[in-house]
Amino acid sequence: MVKRMAIALATVLAFGPAAALAQVSDGVIKIGVLNDQSSLYADLAGQGSVVAARMAVEDFGAEKKGMKVEIVSADHQNKADVGSAIARQWYDVDKVDMIVDVPNSGVALAVNQITRDKGKALLVSGAATADLTGKACSPNTIHWTYDTWALANGTGNAIVKTGGDTWFFITADYAFGHALERDVEAVVIKNGGKVLGKVRHPLNTADFSSFLLQAQASKAKIVGLANAGGDTTNSIKQAAEFGIVKGGQSLAGLLVFITDVHGLGLPTAQGLIFTETFYWDLNDKTRAFAKRFAERDKGIHPTMIHAGVYSAVTHYLKAVEALKSDDGTKVVAKMKEMPTDDPLFGKGTVRVDGRKIHPAYLVEVKKPAESKAPWDYYKIRATIPAEQAFRPLDQGECPLVKK
Amino acid sequence: MTTAREAAPAAAGEALAAPGRHQVTAFALMVALLVAAPYFIYPLFLMKALCFALFACAFNLLIGYVGLLSFGHAVFLGSAGYTSAYAAKTWGWPPEFAILMGTAVAGALGMVIGALAIRSKGIYFANITLALAQMVYFFCVQAKFTGGEDGIQSVPRGFFLGLFDLRNIMGMYFVVLAIFLAGFLLLYRTIHSPFGQVLKAIREHEPRATSLGYSAERYKLVAFVLSATLSGLAGGTKAIVFQLASLTDVHWTMSGEVVLMTLLGGLGTVFGPVVGAFIVISLENYLAQLGAWVTVVQGAIFVICVLTFRRGVVGEIARLINKPL
Amino acid sequence: MTTVFGIPTQALFGQLLIGLINGSFYAMLSLGLSVIFGLLNIINFAHGAQYMMGAFVAYFLLQWVGLGYWWALLVAPLVVGVVGVVLERTMLKRLYALDHLYGLLLTFGLALVIQGLFRNEFGSSGLPYQIPPELTGGRNLGFMVLPNYRAWVVIFSLGTCLGTWYVIERTRLGAYLRAATENPSLVQAFGVNVPRMITLTYGFGVALAALAGVLAAPIYQVNPLMGADLIIVVFAVVVIGGMGSILGSIVTGFALGIVEGLTKVFYPEASNTVIFVIMALVLLVRPTGLFGREK
Repeated sequence: MVKRMAIALATVLAFGPAAALAQVSDGVIKIGVLNDQSSLYADLAGQGSVVAARMAVEDFGAEKKGMKVEIVSADHQNKADVGSAIARQWYDVDKVDMIVDVPNSGVALAVNQITRDKGKALLVSGAATADLTGKACSPNTIHWTYDTWALANGTGNAIVKTGGDTWFFITADYAFGHALERDVEAVVIKNGGKVLGKVRHPLNTADFSSFLLQAQASKAKIVGLANAGGDTTNSIKQAAEFGIVKGGQSLAGLLVFITDVHGLGLPTAQGLIFTETFYWDLNDKTRAFAKRFAERDKGIHPTMIHAGVYSAVTHYLKAVEALKSDDGTKVVAKMKEMPTDDPLFGKGTVRVDGRKIHPAYLVEVKKPAESKAPWDYYKIRATIPAEQAFRPLDQGECPLVKK
Repeated sequence: MTTAREAAPAAAGEALAAPGRHQVTAFALMVALLVAAPYFIYPLFLMKALCFALFACAFNLLIGYVGLLSFGHAVFLGSAGYTSAYAAKTWGWPPEFAILMGTAVAGALGMVIGALAIRSKGIYFANITLALAQMVYFFCVQAKFTGGEDGIQSVPRGFFLGLFDLRNIMGMYFVVLAIFLAGFLLLYRTIHSPFGQVLKAIREHEPRATSLGYSAERYKLVAFVLSATLSGLAGGTKAIVFQLASLTDVHWTMSGEVVLMTLLGGLGTVFGPVVGAFIVISLENYLAQLGAWVTVVQGAIFVICVLTFRRGVVGEIARLINKPL
Repeated sequence: MTTVFGIPTQALFGQLLIGLINGSFYAMLSLGLSVIFGLLNIINFAHGAQYMMGAFVAYFLLQWVGLGYWWALLVAPLVVGVVGVVLERTMLKRLYALDHLYGLLLTFGLALVIQGLFRNEFGSSGLPYQIPPELTGGRNLGFMVLPNYRAWVVIFSLGTCLGTWYVIERTRLGAYLRAATENPSLVQAFGVNVPRMITLTYGFGVALAALAGVLAAPIYQVNPLMGADLIIVVFAVVVIGGMGSILGSIVTGFALGIVEGLTKVFYPEASNTVIFVIMALVLLVRPTGLFGREK
């Protein structure tokens, strides 16, 4: 990994500003993949996102078009200070033009501000907080794959409508957890349900016993898990130990990825219902991508975050090609102008508040008997059309949206 | 504490003399290097090193000259950082007032923790500072205004004294350098003053100092508060430079880092903490791409220093030239 | 639903029980730390890392050698104990003449190295370790379901703690150890090999930490940083109980686990801090700890 980066850097230094594109800064389009590579979010994004970005660059045919594209990556360790320092160093010293991915909403918000200050581009695939297209919206940021509002709208609605009207939240205590809890609570209340209690836990918690006990004591029908990655899988495993489901309550995984299901195994994960915006087994194009991805990433099939990185980088390169420049603010504006089209998400658009629009899917995890092949995990319960999947433009409080 | 006595045997003898020529030379060299550096090295990195150098110097006052190992010093850095960040962002204060506010809060916290801890000695002192620091840490995790895991972000930089635009990175650098030098000189004057002599006497043999009529506890407390206040100055400045205050700055691993910087540079030497801070920050920067190797290297340095390199870099240099540094 | 002080009994007893389980870990870890400090005057900051190594050895035994949990309980403490002995012989020995604090700094550095190496290799989210099949399932106690494994943890650690206490306080070997701390030269003059006792004692303390790690693996997931934040809490326990007092550590460990559990019921935000508040209070009133003796 380090060697690759060193070679990349050396190449840049050796070739200098020779470029086919006149106004591309230093003749190189440099993309930085910033995410968690060693902790609880490493599986759902991590190295897989780097693979997805490289595949996007290759499939775009950058070399044939004479565009020099470099990819670097770094681990933000889920810390806002580490992520900020990397972003600053990348923008100031290493001449990175665009940062992509950034799971962990706290880090994403920090990098969002820095990107705006320096006029670069940020394409968020991993982070969830809907504030990125709301209060914190910026002309330099596009929120690509999903957000807390879409999850709440999909999963929250579905569960409440089928009778889950009393909730207890177990929430990760940072920007993402708070946003997800807030958005799901709003949906629950709108549909006539009640929230009986909430408890916050630190990020990357190993032992959920006391939180699960509180959930049990509340007697809420639904225990909503407003967390992700390792936190979610730990909660689900320990809930089984403490007999939560046997006692009559249901678990609602508000943000679950296919890698989580893979880690939990179908016997434990079966029946979970949640919202995603991509599934590898949707159609032939997604299946083809998944096959190539798995070959390059140790057999792991792509999560919606990996797919989002691919889609975002593809659209970015198209915009840079059309503009013949990699100036952050201008490229983002161009990306909003151009409709999107890629094999993974199909046709879509990017709204003026920076929100990428595409359909969402309500999925249910199959029972072990129903699964015919490895990674064959989901049943598609419903498709939410693109116009309904995300928060309406006028409800976001984004200053870029003219009233 | 045997450690500091080992570290500055030459200093003990020359303590009463005015700053030797070699110390003035070293100081001039340091200033010259720091003034020239931003034209060659990324200024943000230098500013980080300067803030930590000030922090380490303040910490060194306590461990090198008073002989007390505080294992919770990060809280002064972090609480000042949060205060300054909050003052600059939510109250809209100009940076100099925000930093001063942070420094004041750290000083007040120093008075509280110092008063509680100062009666203990040695390992008990380290333990109680650690316990109190953990309480402050968990307060920071819970309190609404600190933003929990996200920290306080997007802290505005503003205009220092209404004149210097801190968004200009070179302007910011020289302001930070000025702050560092001010703190450094204050510490230097403290060490080489009658007050500093009493501190050394207390460190060498407390009962004897007490029998001479000096209230050991009061002197130690003043030194503790001074150390805390200057740590706060470093923390407040850091928050404005990085426009961010986060839990990392109050976590006990940060307390461990400042011990590392001081130990590596040289306990009880004047320039040691500065050198130590620069080395550690450079290592972190250089190794950052290699992930967890940073902690491994830090740990290895600790082990090597404790086993065979107790005087630290500057301490060894001082021994070679046989003059205090 | 019955209530006590306005809290439903289900919540109260449930958290108390969880507190007891956490307390078992505090007790076992503080026991090891106390043995090491009491008999060696070393503050073993690497204790958390050694706890973590115990859990990892259990993980490796399962993954690479196919040896399950029950073997791990025996083998992991031995392996990590040997590592401890090597550490003591090569590094700690040289610091006995110096101030306590150097021992603290050395073991702190060792902890950083060990945790960093493991984190590099394995990342910092947990690796799964299954609960041994004999201990899966739970017992419905009415107010909560008590997983069998967690009940086992409480029983086993109580047993280990009491066993250790008995050996040190009531057997001849323990008497030699205690005598060796008070007056090493005199005991050496009687023909007892004091340096070897010290080395073995350190190894034993470390083995206790590793044993706690094996116990923790199925509950807390095997994670390179699992000992890092725990060590600070364990320090507090040892200080409250009295550094060097075996009984003090055991009692305080369990008691503090329960206090933490109670705090979670009445005032959850403070549950992290309550141990440190108590430590600060105890240090102010009785600086040598509740059961400690002046050294």
